[in-house]
Amino acid sequence: RERERERERGGGGERERVMLGRMFTMGNVLRGTRAYSTGRSYGNLQDKDRIFTNLYGEQDYGIKGAMKRGDWHRTKDILSLGRDAIINEVKKSGLRGRGGAGFPSGLKWSFMPKQSDGRPHFLVINADEGEPGTCKDREIMRHDPHKLIEGCLIAGFAMGAHTTYIYIRGEFGLEADRLEEAIAEARKEGFLGPNACGSGFAHEVYVHRGAGAYICGEETALIESLEGNTGKPRLKPPFPANVGLYGCPTTVTNVETVAVAPTIMRRGGDWFASFGREKNSGTKLFCISGHVNKPCTVEEEMSIPLKELLERHCGGVRGGWDNLLGVIPGGSSVPVLPKDICDTVLMDFDDLVSHKSGLGTAGVIVMDKSTDIIAAISRLSLFYKHESCGQCTPCREGCPWLSSVMDRFVAGNATVDEIDMLQEITTQIEGHSICALGDAAAWPVQGLIRHFRPEIEQRIAQYHSAGANSIGAR
Amino acid sequence: LAPAAGLAPAAARRLATNSHDHFNIHRDTTDNNRDVPFDFTEANYERVAEILARYPSNYKQSAVIPLLDLAQQQNDGYLTLNAMNKVADILEMANIRVYEVATFYTMFNRSKMGKYHLMVCGTTPCMIRGAPGIYQALCDHLGLGGYGETTKDGMFTLSEMECMGSCVNAPMIAVADYTEGAEGYTYNYYEDLTTQDVIQLVERLRKGEKPAKIGSQHRDKCEPAGVVVGDKWVAMEGTETLQGPPPGPYCRDLAAVKKAREEAAAKKAAEGAK
Repeated sequence: RERERERERGGGGERERVMLGRMFTMGNVLRGTRAYSTGRSYGNLQDKDRIFTNLYGEQDYGIKGAMKRGDWHRTKDILSLGRDAIINEVKKSGLRGRGGAGFPSGLKWSFMPKQSDGRPHFLVINADEGEPGTCKDREIMRHDPHKLIEGCLIAGFAMGAHTTYIYIRGEFGLEADRLEEAIAEARKEGFLGPNACGSGFAHEVYVHRGAGAYICGEETALIESLEGNTGKPRLKPPFPANVGLYGCPTTVTNVETVAVAPTIMRRGGDWFASFGREKNSGTKLFCISGHVNKPCTVEEEMSIPLKELLERHCGGVRGGWDNLLGVIPGGSSVPVLPKDICDTVLMDFDDLVSHKSGLGTAGVIVMDKSTDIIAAISRLSLFYKHESCGQCTPCREGCPWLSSVMDRFVAGNATVDEIDMLQEITTQIEGHSICALGDAAAWPVQGLIRHFRPEIEQRIAQYHSAGANSIGAR
Repeated sequence: LAPAAGLAPAAARRLATNSHDHFNIHRDTTDNNRDVPFDFTEANYERVAEILARYPSNYKQSAVIPLLDLAQQQNDGYLTLNAMNKVADILEMANIRVYEVATFYTMFNRSKMGKYHLMVCGTTPCMIRGAPGIYQALCDHLGLGGYGETTKDGMFTLSEMECMGSCVNAPMIAVADYTEGAEGYTYNYYEDLTTQDVIQLVERLRKGEKPAKIGSQHRDKCEPAGVVVGDKWVAMEGTETLQGPPPGPYCRDLAAVKKAREEAAAKKAAEGAK
């Protein structure tokens, strides 16, 4: 199957490796066993197993409320276990990055140098939640900020970082204010500062607000933006763990990944790994938007069947399950899945990859039969065109092309062989850019062509039969 | 000098970073040219110092985004040429580096704004949940021809924004309030909107009142409670999760964990010695 994908993209092994390195763990590709073959079903997470107990903001978000819910409990003892113990526990838990790439977190945190060579280490929290369909980090930051702050301390300690910067998108004004409040409260209690939690380890957390750029959610672009430049990504290698913020070893992680770390330490990596399938463990915040009866953010077990997620928590698809057209399961950067796959797919990294999509950030966009799927994907192409930083030619030139051709597909003002042409353009963008925004722009269009080609052809036939037949006219 | 001379405003806007700026080059106007000065107020200089203290003193450039944002809040919602130059001075950066940042990020405005900046999210999750209806209602109500325009009384500028990170509460708008400088600046989300909601909101702002409710207009936060459909809020009962008071603090036996690790390490060392 790997060779088939290679041939499809017409590329050599190099691009494959770049692609895999970007989206998926090395070697963790494609084949996943069905949940039911192991005799266990996933989903129906119980409240006692939920980590984000104030997800809907019904309790006090301040430090008193947080401590009543268990935050900052025995943090000093956790730190006294030592750096290696913390990283091992995170490795044991099987936690994979919650920011979209799903890279194993324990492994990523272990890339930081064990001994500083004189340069300070930095932990940077990626709170630039810009992926369409995703709105989970804002709930953590406005209702449970202390989970994040404590996570910064524990993760920072594990990496030898005395400073954390939380890069929050500029539009999240309330969330940034809540974070500042939480940091001030934590400082006042001595949980942060020169002697964090009495452990002897100094740690400071600062909030840095962005100014509206989706590309700054990419880790090296984020670092560039933090340094005061335009948010244009850097080439990797060198990786941020070697040369990152201000040229120092840096780890950039997502809010949710760091916010679950204290609970993993307190309840054990084994507990976290007991949820979800192997290599896809833990609980996850799912944001379900679009044509469901109750769009919401909910914490559920990994590997929950998509159908159960929508029916249990969102009141089902508008008009009934059979009214479903397609679902984008992981934020706009992953390909759309048609209904027949949605009937049985599990919401975890591996099963979605095996269906040529991805879990991404678990921003589930549900579309029913009333949706003009071509217009929906075309709007995403416009999004990527707007958000492209402009550094790499394939993305800077290719994204506007995708957008303008998709615009014509919405009207039907095209010819059928232009569908294959568009597919070819996406393969020329994918894997040829410095960062993954090019890939992210290509994938939705590929998903549309793969699963909804008949709609596009029908639209084209309709347009031409209606009489207008000039390619130049719009 | 007319902005973007030679190009119709709508066409010029398509080439700019956000939906309401004209071009990425600077064009002199009476309010915005080399001779119109800008300096931070005393109170804002204190904020500047507080911001600079977050970053290493030899990497002051990191403060460029927060300082430009502060300058914009102070200056009725847009960055003049000298506002950008002042930030460049404070941070000891070349002017061009600040211009690069100001033209790269969508939240920076470089043309005159209305008193309130209304930003409609238009990306797919909001689009399929009624954002075009919100846009149309605002255009009709305010008498605007499209995104990027400001009302004749200078009260409202309407823009389209890309995904604002509020997808389960779609459709939504964000409102930036530039009426009271940096001290009174607010940037709030108003979510789960029907067209009546958004018109009521705009009318309250016009009267100088604050909108009744920030965030979701029909539910509390992002809990499953219903959705806007057919331009009406349709409630649906039943939140299954987070019922009852949350559990209190818990931690497993860390001493046992530490002991187990030490024993395992000792065992490994002993085997290594053999």
